[in-house]
Amino acid sequence: MHSLRVVLDAFPAILSGSVVTLGIVFGALFLGLILGFSLALMQVYGKPWQKVIVAVYVWFFRGFPILVLLFLGYGFFVALSLPLEPFLISLVVLGLTSAAYQSQIFRGALQSVKQGQLAAARALGMGDWQGIRCIIIPQALRLSIPGWSNEYSILLKDSAICFVLGTQDIMAKTSFAAARTHEHLALFACAGLLYFILTLLVVHLLQRLEKRLHIPGYTEAGGTENL
Amino acid sequence: MSDEQILLAEHIGLRVGDKIILDDCSLSLKKGELKVLIGPSGAGKSTFLQCLNLLQTPDTGSITLEGHPLDMKKPRALCDYRTKVGMIFQDFKLFDHLTAIDNVSIALKKVKGLSEKNARQRAETELDRVNLTDQATLYPAQLSGGQKQRVAFARALAMDPLILLLDEPTSALDPELVGEVLQVIRDLSSRGMTMVMATHQMDFIRQIASEIIFMEHGRILEQGNPETLLGDGIQSRTKQFYTSLASV
Repeated sequence: MHSLRVVLDAFPAILSGSVVTLGIVFGALFLGLILGFSLALMQVYGKPWQKVIVAVYVWFFRGFPILVLLFLGYGFFVALSLPLEPFLISLVVLGLTSAAYQSQIFRGALQSVKQGQLAAARALGMGDWQGIRCIIIPQALRLSIPGWSNEYSILLKDSAICFVLGTQDIMAKTSFAAARTHEHLALFACAGLLYFILTLLVVHLLQRLEKRLHIPGYTEAGGTENL
Repeated sequence: MSDEQILLAEHIGLRVGDKIILDDCSLSLKKGELKVLIGPSGAGKSTFLQCLNLLQTPDTGSITLEGHPLDMKKPRALCDYRTKVGMIFQDFKLFDHLTAIDNVSIALKKVKGLSEKNARQRAETELDRVNLTDQATLYPAQLSGGQKQRVAFARALAMDPLILLLDEPTSALDPELVGEVLQVIRDLSSRGMTMVMATHQMDFIRQIASEIIFMEHGRILEQGNPETLLGDGIQSRTKQFYTSLASV
């Protein structure tokens, strides 16, 4: 009963942490989306030197642990005399890291669009960029939703580590409460459940979006089903 | 058919590494003509058509459309050129995420700058012309091969091209669907559409082609009207090829 009371007492604080967590995650996802999509376009359609830049970027962020990247990010903010706001540093570091992973989701999706779609667009008088924008990207975005929902769930859980910078997220609020009450098991179970619910909710929404955008006869593999 | 020359492609050549894909291929086209490219697989027919549409940039040669030489290095000029020289592909290449009507209207909006309403009206007219009014809201995966190819015709014709290039338009179709596509080509020809077509439909060629161009190993070996190349008693490489196809 004591554990339950502790959890109920701490819950409003933990819930307020979830606003911070979601702020970081959605901010990072958005930054990762813009940057990751640009990187993917460079990797698929760019010049050789652009492909090298993308490869170096992706390997850097995929090769370093997220904790190391957070401390590196903190160091850069210090070196560049930027405001040492943990929320902002977490968002930027997670966003840049997510861009590396999202770029590979979008690269796969762009390359899964059937060969010849761009040729058909060109044959109608569209310029290359116009063809990519009007024909390739709408198809690639649909194909990338499953991978993207995976990225969300990974990023949400990665965000838990941001509390080392002092970010007031779910994890930080739970840790404070646990340190104060010594009810680690019950409080972290509550935090875990909150992460679980946040994962479930958004993944479910993305699945609905995927269904809504589904094209009859068009599969995730980019091919066509036998109807 | 008038004497007015629309397209002149001269000395088109293309290499990939050491391999010669096209060697000094030329073609002139007058208004209303239907020229047919035939030859064995790998002869360079599709590549020649792609060079005529500039989907492949030839290494050598020049193209003149309606008396204006084309500057192949200018992207804007290439886009303008391609709106005038339409292309029909063997595998249709419809935009899979768009319905039949949107497939037809998208370039009208994005390239020709038509309003949504006008583009849709025009697309409806073109789909009606190929008897696909009832299928306008279906996606490519919901259409048969013949219907897909007819949408591809509607899409190309909506741009009001001067010339239509057809790359084996019936090869990917089940035999019973070939007729509906050939009928579209026949109608277009009777309406005076200028066309260059790569095909193996030899009987169709005999009936309808203004000129046959026989290609092999990236070169044009023979060209002339069907009677000259396929008539009784004629000994030609084209006729040999025709006979070999007929005996299959």
